[in-house]
Amino acid sequence: MQVYGVTLGSRLMLGTSQYPSPAVLTEAVQRSGAEVVTVSLRRESATARAGQAFWQIIRDLGVHVLPNTAGCHSAREAITTAKMAREVFATNWIKLEVIGDHDTLQPDPFELMEAARVLSQDGFEVFPYTTEDCVVADRLLQAGCRVLMPWGAPIGSGRGLNNPYGLRSLRARFADVPMVIDAGIGLPSHAAQAMEMGFDAILLNTAIAKAGNPAAMAGAFRLAVEAGRAARLADPIDARDMAVPSTPVFGQAFAS
Amino acid sequence: MRISVNGAAQEVGETSLAALLEHLGYSGACVATAVNGAFASASARGQTMIQNGDEIEIVGPMQGG
Repeated sequence: MQVYGVTLGSRLMLGTSQYPSPAVLTEAVQRSGAEVVTVSLRRESATARAGQAFWQIIRDLGVHVLPNTAGCHSAREAITTAKMAREVFATNWIKLEVIGDHDTLQPDPFELMEAARVLSQDGFEVFPYTTEDCVVADRLLQAGCRVLMPWGAPIGSGRGLNNPYGLRSLRARFADVPMVIDAGIGLPSHAAQAMEMGFDAILLNTAIAKAGNPAAMAGAFRLAVEAGRAARLADPIDARDMAVPSTPVFGQAFAS
Repeated sequence: MRISVNGAAQEVGETSLAALLEHLGYSGACVATAVNGAFASASARGQTMIQNGDEIEIVGPMQGG
Protein backbone atom coordinates (compact mmCIF):
# COMPACT_ATOMS: atom_id res chain seq x y z
CA MET A 1 0.00 0.00 0.00
CA GLN A 2 1.00 3.60 -0.45
CA VAL A 3 0.61 6.41 2.08
CA TYR A 4 1.76 9.86 1.13
CA GLY A 5 3.99 8.42 -1.59
CA VAL A 6 5.63 5.83 0.68
CA THR A 7 5.20 2.19 -0.28
CA LEU A 8 4.62 -0.14 2.66
CA GLY A 9 4.95 -3.90 2.45
CA SER A 10 3.07 -4.50 5.71
CA ARG A 11 -0.50 -3.45 6.42
CA LEU A 12 -0.04 -3.66 10.17
CA MET A 13 1.13 -0.62 12.12
CA LEU A 14 2.04 -0.78 15.81
CA GLY A 15 1.96 1.54 18.76
CA THR A 16 5.00 1.41 21.02
CA SER A 17 3.38 2.02 24.40
CA GLN A 18 2.61 -0.23 27.37
CA TYR A 19 5.08 -3.02 26.58
CA PRO A 20 6.61 -4.79 29.59
CA SER A 21 10.13 -3.95 28.41
CA PRO A 22 12.04 -2.46 25.48
CA ALA A 23 13.18 -5.94 24.52
CA VAL A 24 9.61 -7.19 24.29
CA LEU A 25 8.66 -4.13 22.23
CA THR A 26 11.50 -4.84 19.81
CA GLU A 27 10.57 -8.50 19.48
CA ALA A 28 6.88 -7.67 18.96
CA VAL A 29 7.62 -5.16 16.21
CA GLN A 30 9.87 -7.64 14.48
CA ARG A 31 7.34 -10.50 14.74
CA SER A 32 4.54 -8.26 13.49
CA GLY A 33 6.37 -7.33 10.31
CA ALA A 34 5.19 -3.74 10.86
CA GLU A 35 7.03 -1.05 8.94
CA VAL A 36 5.36 1.84 10.75
CA VAL A 37 5.33 2.47 14.50
CA THR A 38 3.70 5.30 16.39
CA VAL A 39 5.55 7.43 18.91
CA SER A 40 4.76 10.44 21.02
CA LEU A 41 6.26 13.38 22.91
CA ARG A 42 6.31 14.01 26.62
CA ARG A 43 8.19 16.29 28.99
CA GLU A 44 11.82 15.25 29.05
CA SER A 45 13.93 15.29 32.21
CA ALA A 46 17.42 16.71 31.72
CA THR A 47 18.84 14.12 34.12
CA ALA A 48 16.90 10.92 33.31
CA ARG A 49 16.73 11.54 29.55
CA ALA A 50 14.42 8.53 29.18
CA GLY A 51 13.24 9.71 25.81
CA GLN A 52 16.70 9.64 24.32
CA ALA A 53 17.15 5.94 25.09
CA PHE A 54 13.70 5.12 23.72
CA TRP A 55 14.41 7.01 20.52
CA GLN A 56 17.57 4.99 19.98
CA ILE A 57 15.57 1.76 20.30
CA ILE A 58 13.11 2.95 17.67
CA ARG A 59 15.85 4.08 15.32
CA ASP A 60 17.51 0.68 15.62
CA LEU A 61 14.27 -0.95 14.42
CA GLY A 62 14.67 0.75 11.05
CA VAL A 63 10.96 1.43 10.60
CA HIS A 64 8.95 4.49 9.61
CA VAL A 65 7.94 6.63 12.57
CA LEU A 66 4.47 8.10 12.87
CA PRO A 67 4.38 10.63 15.73
CA ASN A 68 1.04 11.27 17.39
CA THR A 69 -0.58 14.21 19.16
CA ALA A 70 -2.09 12.03 21.88
CA GLY A 71 -3.45 13.93 24.83
CA CYS A 72 -4.25 17.11 22.91
CA HIS A 73 -7.72 18.56 23.38
CA SER A 74 -7.56 21.58 21.09
CA ALA A 75 -6.35 22.41 17.61
CA ARG A 76 -3.80 24.81 19.11
CA GLU A 77 -2.26 22.14 21.34
CA ALA A 78 -2.21 19.64 18.50
CA ILE A 79 -0.60 22.07 16.06
CA THR A 80 2.17 22.96 18.51
CA THR A 81 2.72 19.31 19.37
CA ALA A 82 2.89 18.39 15.68
CA LYS A 83 5.51 21.03 15.05
CA MET A 84 7.58 19.79 17.98
CA ALA A 85 7.21 16.21 16.73
CA ARG A 86 8.36 17.17 13.26
CA GLU A 87 11.53 18.62 14.70
CA VAL A 88 12.28 15.71 17.06
CA PHE A 89 11.40 12.85 14.71
CA ALA A 90 12.38 14.51 11.43
CA THR A 91 9.20 13.52 9.58
CA ASN A 92 6.24 15.36 8.07
CA TRP A 93 3.95 12.50 9.09
CA ILE A 94 1.65 13.22 12.01
CA LYS A 95 -1.06 11.04 13.51
CA LEU A 96 -3.44 13.77 14.44
CA GLU A 97 -5.42 13.08 17.60
CA VAL A 98 -7.60 15.79 19.12
CA ILE A 99 -9.68 14.28 21.88
CA GLY A 100 -13.17 15.58 22.55
CA ASP A 101 -14.45 13.31 25.30
CA HIS A 102 -12.58 12.17 28.40
CA ASP A 103 -14.43 8.88 28.82
CA THR A 104 -14.56 7.58 25.26
CA LEU A 105 -11.48 9.42 23.96
CA GLN A 106 -13.65 10.18 20.95
CA PRO A 107 -12.07 12.69 18.56
CA ASP A 108 -13.36 16.26 18.50
CA PRO A 109 -14.25 16.67 14.81
CA PHE A 110 -14.29 20.47 14.89
CA GLU A 111 -10.86 20.92 16.44
CA LEU A 112 -9.56 17.99 14.38
CA MET A 113 -10.58 19.61 11.09
CA GLU A 114 -9.06 22.95 12.05
CA ALA A 115 -5.77 21.33 13.04
CA ALA A 116 -5.77 19.19 9.89
CA ARG A 117 -6.28 22.28 7.73
CA VAL A 118 -3.49 24.28 9.37
CA LEU A 119 -1.02 21.40 9.43
CA SER A 120 -1.70 20.33 5.84
CA GLN A 121 -1.06 23.89 4.69
CA ASP A 122 2.19 23.81 6.67
CA GLY A 123 3.48 20.79 4.78
CA PHE A 124 2.48 18.07 7.21
CA GLU A 125 1.19 14.73 5.94
CA VAL A 126 -1.71 14.21 8.26
CA PHE A 127 -3.14 10.87 9.43
CA PRO A 128 -6.29 12.00 11.27
CA TYR A 129 -7.75 9.80 14.00
CA THR A 130 -11.46 10.12 13.31
CA THR A 131 -14.76 8.27 13.57
CA GLU A 132 -16.74 6.53 10.83
CA ASP A 133 -18.67 9.76 10.15
CA CYS A 134 -18.74 10.30 6.36
CA VAL A 135 -19.22 14.07 6.60
CA VAL A 136 -16.23 14.50 8.89
CA ALA A 137 -14.22 12.29 6.56
CA ASP A 138 -15.16 14.45 3.58
CA ARG A 139 -14.15 17.61 5.43
CA LEU A 140 -10.83 16.08 6.45
CA LEU A 141 -10.10 15.22 2.83
CA GLN A 142 -11.02 18.77 1.84
CA ALA A 143 -8.64 20.01 4.54
CA GLY A 144 -5.78 18.23 2.80
CA CYS A 145 -5.65 14.78 4.41
CA ARG A 146 -4.82 11.97 1.99
CA VAL A 147 -5.23 9.16 4.52
CA LEU A 148 -8.00 8.57 7.07
CA MET A 149 -7.79 6.66 10.33
CA PRO A 150 -11.30 5.78 11.50
CA TRP A 151 -11.66 4.11 14.87
CA GLY A 152 -12.90 0.59 15.30
CA ALA A 153 -13.92 1.30 18.89
CA PRO A 154 -12.68 3.56 21.69
CA ILE A 155 -8.92 3.51 22.28
CA GLY A 156 -7.81 0.57 24.40
CA SER A 157 -11.30 -0.93 24.63
CA GLY A 158 -10.52 -4.04 22.60
CA ARG A 159 -14.13 -4.17 21.39
CA GLY A 160 -13.36 -4.62 17.71
CA LEU A 161 -15.53 -2.92 15.10
CA ASN A 162 -18.34 -1.24 17.03
CA ASN A 163 -20.20 0.00 13.96
CA PRO A 164 -19.59 -2.30 10.99
CA TYR A 165 -22.38 -0.69 8.99
CA GLY A 166 -20.92 2.80 9.44
CA LEU A 167 -17.42 1.61 8.60
CA ARG A 168 -18.69 -0.24 5.53
CA SER A 169 -20.47 2.92 4.39
CA LEU A 170 -17.33 4.98 4.92
CA ARG A 171 -15.26 2.48 2.95
CA ALA A 172 -17.74 2.52 0.07
CA ARG A 173 -18.16 6.31 0.09
CA PHE A 174 -14.41 6.97 -0.26
CA ALA A 175 -13.28 3.83 -2.06
CA ASP A 176 -9.95 5.22 -3.24
CA VAL A 177 -8.76 6.84 0.00
CA PRO A 178 -6.23 4.83 2.04
CA MET A 179 -7.91 4.04 5.36
CA VAL A 180 -6.28 2.60 8.46
CA ILE A 181 -8.50 1.25 11.23
CA ASP A 182 -7.03 2.79 14.36
CA ALA A 183 -8.05 1.94 17.90
CA GLY A 184 -10.36 -0.53 19.54
CA ILE A 185 -8.96 -3.69 17.97
CA GLY A 186 -8.73 -6.45 20.57
CA LEU A 187 -8.26 -9.69 18.66
CA PRO A 188 -6.70 -10.81 15.39
CA SER A 189 -10.22 -11.71 14.20
CA HIS A 190 -11.20 -8.04 14.54
CA ALA A 191 -8.27 -7.07 12.34
CA ALA A 192 -9.15 -9.72 9.78
CA GLN A 193 -12.76 -8.50 9.73
CA ALA A 194 -11.65 -4.94 9.02
CA MET A 195 -9.35 -6.07 6.23
CA GLU A 196 -12.09 -8.25 4.73
CA MET A 197 -14.28 -5.13 4.67
CA GLY A 198 -11.69 -3.45 2.48
CA PHE A 199 -9.77 -1.29 4.89
CA ASP A 200 -6.17 -0.86 3.87
CA ALA A 201 -4.33 -1.37 7.15
CA ILE A 202 -4.66 -1.77 10.92
CA LEU A 203 -3.01 0.29 13.63
CA LEU A 204 -3.09 -1.14 17.13
CA ASN A 205 -1.19 -1.05 20.38
CA THR A 206 -2.91 -2.35 23.50
CA ALA A 207 -4.04 -5.71 22.06
CA ILE A 208 -0.42 -6.71 21.49
CA ALA A 209 1.38 -4.81 24.25
CA LYS A 210 -0.93 -6.05 27.03
CA ALA A 211 -1.26 -9.62 25.75
CA GLY A 212 0.28 -12.34 27.92
CA ASN A 213 2.80 -12.97 25.16
CA PRO A 214 3.11 -9.78 23.09
CA ALA A 215 5.51 -11.19 20.50
CA ALA A 216 3.29 -14.20 19.84
CA MET A 217 0.24 -11.96 19.59
CA ALA A 218 2.11 -9.73 17.16
CA GLY A 219 2.67 -12.76 14.98
CA ALA A 220 -1.01 -13.67 15.21
CA PHE A 221 -2.04 -10.17 14.13
CA ARG A 222 0.38 -10.33 11.22
CA LEU A 223 -1.29 -13.51 9.98
CA ALA A 224 -4.77 -12.09 10.53
CA VAL A 225 -4.07 -8.91 8.58
CA GLU A 226 -2.55 -10.90 5.75
CA ALA A 227 -5.48 -13.34 5.74
CA GLY A 228 -8.05 -10.57 5.79
CA ARG A 229 -6.37 -8.77 2.92
CA ALA A 230 -6.08 -11.97 0.89
CA ALA A 231 -9.76 -12.69 1.50
CA ARG A 232 -10.74 -9.21 0.36
CA LEU A 233 -8.80 -9.66 -2.86
CA ALA A 234 -10.42 -13.07 -3.36
CA ASP A 235 -13.90 -11.48 -3.54
CA PRO A 236 -15.89 -13.02 -0.65
CA ILE A 237 -19.42 -14.32 -1.18
CA ASP A 238 -22.43 -12.38 0.06
CA ALA A 239 -24.08 -13.58 3.27
CA ARG A 240 -27.54 -15.14 2.91
CA ASP A 241 -30.37 -15.55 5.37
CA MET A 242 -31.34 -19.06 4.27
CA ALA A 243 -29.36 -22.23 3.68
CA VAL A 244 -28.25 -23.29 0.22
CA PRO A 245 -27.02 -26.90 -0.13
CA SER A 246 -23.37 -27.16 -1.06
CA THR A 247 -23.58 -30.85 -1.99
CA PRO A 248 -25.36 -31.37 -5.34
CA VAL A 249 -28.94 -32.60 -4.88
CA PHE A 250 -29.04 -34.17 -8.36
CA GLY A 251 -29.06 -37.98 -8.20
CA GLN A 252 -29.62 -38.14 -4.49
CA ALA A 253 -30.67 -41.61 -3.21
CA PHE A 254 -34.11 -42.02 -1.65
CA ALA A 255 -35.37 -38.99 -3.52
CA SER A 256 -38.99 -39.39 -4.52
CA MET B 1 12.84 36.33 36.96
CA ARG B 2 10.43 33.53 37.61
CA ILE B 3 9.48 31.11 34.86
CA SER B 4 7.99 27.65 34.56
CA VAL B 5 9.88 24.76 32.94
CA ASN B 6 7.81 21.65 32.30
CA GLY B 7 5.38 22.79 34.96
CA ALA B 8 8.00 23.47 37.66
CA ALA B 9 8.88 26.98 38.84
CA GLN B 10 12.42 28.17 38.18
CA GLU B 11 14.37 31.33 39.01
CA VAL B 12 16.60 32.39 36.15
CA GLY B 13 18.50 35.47 35.07
CA GLU B 14 18.26 37.09 31.67
CA THR B 15 18.80 34.31 29.17
CA SER B 16 17.96 32.99 25.77
CA LEU B 17 16.07 29.73 25.35
CA ALA B 18 19.22 28.10 23.97
CA ALA B 19 21.25 29.15 27.01
CA LEU B 20 18.49 28.02 29.34
CA LEU B 21 18.53 24.53 27.83
CA GLU B 22 22.27 24.32 28.23
CA HIS B 23 22.05 25.60 31.81
CA LEU B 24 19.42 22.98 32.65
CA GLY B 25 21.52 20.13 31.23
CA TYR B 26 19.83 19.41 27.91
CA SER B 27 22.99 19.84 25.80
CA GLY B 28 23.03 17.30 23.00
CA ALA B 29 19.55 15.99 23.81
CA CYS B 30 16.98 15.43 21.07
CA VAL B 31 14.24 17.71 22.42
CA ALA B 32 11.72 20.21 21.11
CA THR B 33 10.57 23.35 22.83
CA ALA B 34 7.53 25.57 23.16
CA VAL B 35 7.18 28.94 24.86
CA ASN B 36 3.76 29.91 26.17
CA GLY B 37 2.13 27.24 24.02
CA ALA B 38 3.83 28.26 20.79
CA PHE B 39 6.46 26.13 19.07
CA ALA B 40 10.02 27.49 19.37
CA SER B 41 12.23 25.83 16.78
CA ALA B 42 15.77 24.74 17.55
CA SER B 43 17.11 27.26 15.07
CA ALA B 44 15.24 30.10 16.85
CA ARG B 45 16.30 29.25 20.41
CA GLY B 46 19.33 31.50 20.32
CA GLN B 47 17.18 34.52 19.45
CA THR B 48 14.31 33.62 21.77
CA MET B 49 14.77 35.65 24.97
CA ILE B 50 13.02 34.35 28.06
CA GLN B 51 10.58 36.76 29.70
CA ASN B 52 9.34 36.82 33.28
CA GLY B 53 6.37 34.49 33.63
CA ASP B 54 7.14 32.45 30.53
CA GLU B 55 5.96 28.88 30.46
CA ILE B 56 8.58 26.67 28.80
CA GLU B 57 7.91 23.15 27.59
CA ILE B 58 10.82 20.83 26.80
CA VAL B 59 9.72 17.52 25.31
CA GLY B 60 11.46 14.43 24.04
CA PRO B 61 10.57 11.12 22.39
CA MET B 62 8.12 8.90 24.24
CA GLN B 63 6.25 5.67 23.63
CA GLY B 64 2.95 6.29 21.88
CA GLY B 65 -0.09 4.47 20.58
